[in-house]
Amino acid sequence: MNNDVAIQVANLSKYYGQLLAVDHISFTVGRGELFGFLGPNGAGKTTTVRMLTGVVIADEGSASILEYKAGSLKAKQVTGVVPEMANAYADLSGWDNLMLMAELYGIPASVARERGISLMQEMGLYPRKHSLVKTYSKGMKQRLILCMALVSDPEVLFLDEPTSGLDVQSARLIKDLLQSLNAKGKTIFLTTHDMDEANQLCDRVAIIDKGNIVAIDAPEKLRMATSGMHSVEVSFDNMVSPEVLANIPGVNAVKKLGDKYRLYTANPGELVVSLANYSSSHGLKVISLNILVPSLEDAFVALTEKETEHA
Amino acid sequence: MPETALVREQMRRSLVIARKDIRIYYSKGPVIIFGVLFPVFLFLSFTIGRHLSVDFMIPGLLGMVLFFTATSISPIVVPWEAQAKTLERLMSCPVRIETIIVGDILASFAFGLGISLVPIILGLFLGITVASPLIFAIAVILAALCFASLGPVFSIPPTNLPATINMIASVVKFPVVFISGIFIPLDELPAWGQAVAYISPLTYFTDIARYSIQGRGHLPVAVDLLALLAFTSLFLVVALKLHQKTMPRRI
Ligand SMILES: Nc1ncnc2c1ncn2[C@@H]1O[C@H](COP(=O)(O)OP(=O)(O)OP(=O)(O)O)[C@@H](O)[C@H]1O
Ligand SMILES: [Mg+2]
Repeated sequence: MNNDVAIQVANLSKYYGQLLAVDHISFTVGRGELFGFLGPNGAGKTTTVRMLTGVVIADEGSASILEYKAGSLKAKQVTGVVPEMANAYADLSGWDNLMLMAELYGIPASVARERGISLMQEMGLYPRKHSLVKTYSKGMKQRLILCMALVSDPEVLFLDEPTSGLDVQSARLIKDLLQSLNAKGKTIFLTTHDMDEANQLCDRVAIIDKGNIVAIDAPEKLRMATSGMHSVEVSFDNMVSPEVLANIPGVNAVKKLGDKYRLYTANPGELVVSLANYSSSHGLKVISLNILVPSLEDAFVALTEKETEHA
Repeated sequence: MPETALVREQMRRSLVIARKDIRIYYSKGPVIIFGVLFPVFLFLSFTIGRHLSVDFMIPGLLGMVLFFTATSISPIVVPWEAQAKTLERLMSCPVRIETIIVGDILASFAFGLGISLVPIILGLFLGITVASPLIFAIAVILAALCFASLGPVFSIPPTNLPATINMIASVVKFPVVFISGIFIPLDELPAWGQAVAYISPLTYFTDIARYSIQGRGHLPVAVDLLALLAFTSLFLVVALKLHQKTMPRRI
């Protein structure tokens, strides 16, 4: 048994009729890791989260949360969940929703009250804690759902697009909270469509497409591994023909953009040196030089498109 | 954790769910008023002008009120929660599906029991006497549990439209009140009518209520109680087992 593993998934699959929504996926999330789960619409992210949180039953494979079988009472007891589309009870106040959750997790009332107050304060809901949830705005509801997931102080947290459709402030508040929870050692499984969010927050991300995991790595490594997407933008004080630039070693393709050239390469570091050598040996002066690295979004598009071609 | 401690913990969580149901679904003015008025009017529409004695009317009225109130909200709680998108959050809590259903049953049991006090108190005002209060009380409690357990049986089909479930429930509930010796006592029914009556759990409760209030029933009290117990177990087993299968399909 491995104490460093928070979430272990092996061959997990789910069919909806003929559709294989999740196709024998396997991965491991370490304890204390902030793990991103990315993929296009319909890729199987929510279905995976639902199997891991025990709401939907897997057809094949297995999963465990802190070594408890996913979906078991023990696994659920150590897990907090923000489902993709979930509502608090509209006819109860925010506070009563929170205390209801605490009771369902068996949290002693005094502990629950203390946590409830500090969570609601942190999420800016405290002044409205006794208002019925049906009077809350969308952002307030989402922050309440997050408080409800945290009132049991879970070791592992699943969030399915927690910031989608929220304004910048609400999204920022949630992201800051996730970072501080992660700093306290909580394991976080985060589904998102926001590449910047994933890039800023996640230690590692998995990219899922059509039920298959197509990549798992640190965001930075995924970006770097996106071959052919690196480029160097350069401009000189004199005209240089594109053919000449294309002959510089390491250049795969050249594109003229106004008074600049974009040179595509597998190795931007070496190309910069070659460019410097070329310009000094030909009496040219470099006016500007920029290395462009692919964004996580480029990596995402490249990975999910490649899959589409195969299909 | 040993199994008994686990069961006790889940029972406590069922109570939490029952309290939630009562707060959200049952303690609304219209629900309570409709819960009392509807069976009363239905009852009156079939008994008025028939010069029936209070002793005859109250057991029937009580049976009808108890049956309708204990099965009024419980069938639609699960589809309602699925539709309102609160069910997924509830299912991801450390509670079993049985715990959720038992919670819904307990809420409906408490509601049925509470509302059934109305016809009982009305009867006492009108001068009825209860021959054996203990048996009567046991019968009311058992029947409330039996009918409350029937509610979630209606909501087994995994549709998230409360109206569909309500329709299924009504299709069963209305015929039941006509075959249960409420308007016509069992003694006066032909043999085939009695045979039909025995498939309704309400028959056995009405029979005990007549025994307690009118002083005579059609069947021995022990048979009535055992039949109620058997129906309760049947409904519980069916509801708990089948919701396990269908509840995940609502998400
Ligand atoms: N209850 C269901 N019944 C039938 N098909 C379903 C059900 N839930 C999901 N699916 C299908 O399974 C596939 C995966 O859906 P899922 O919701 O997991 O995608 P997702 O990655 O979360 O997408 P999104 O980014 O849009 O939230 C989709 O093709 C979807 O249509
Ligand atoms: Mg989704």
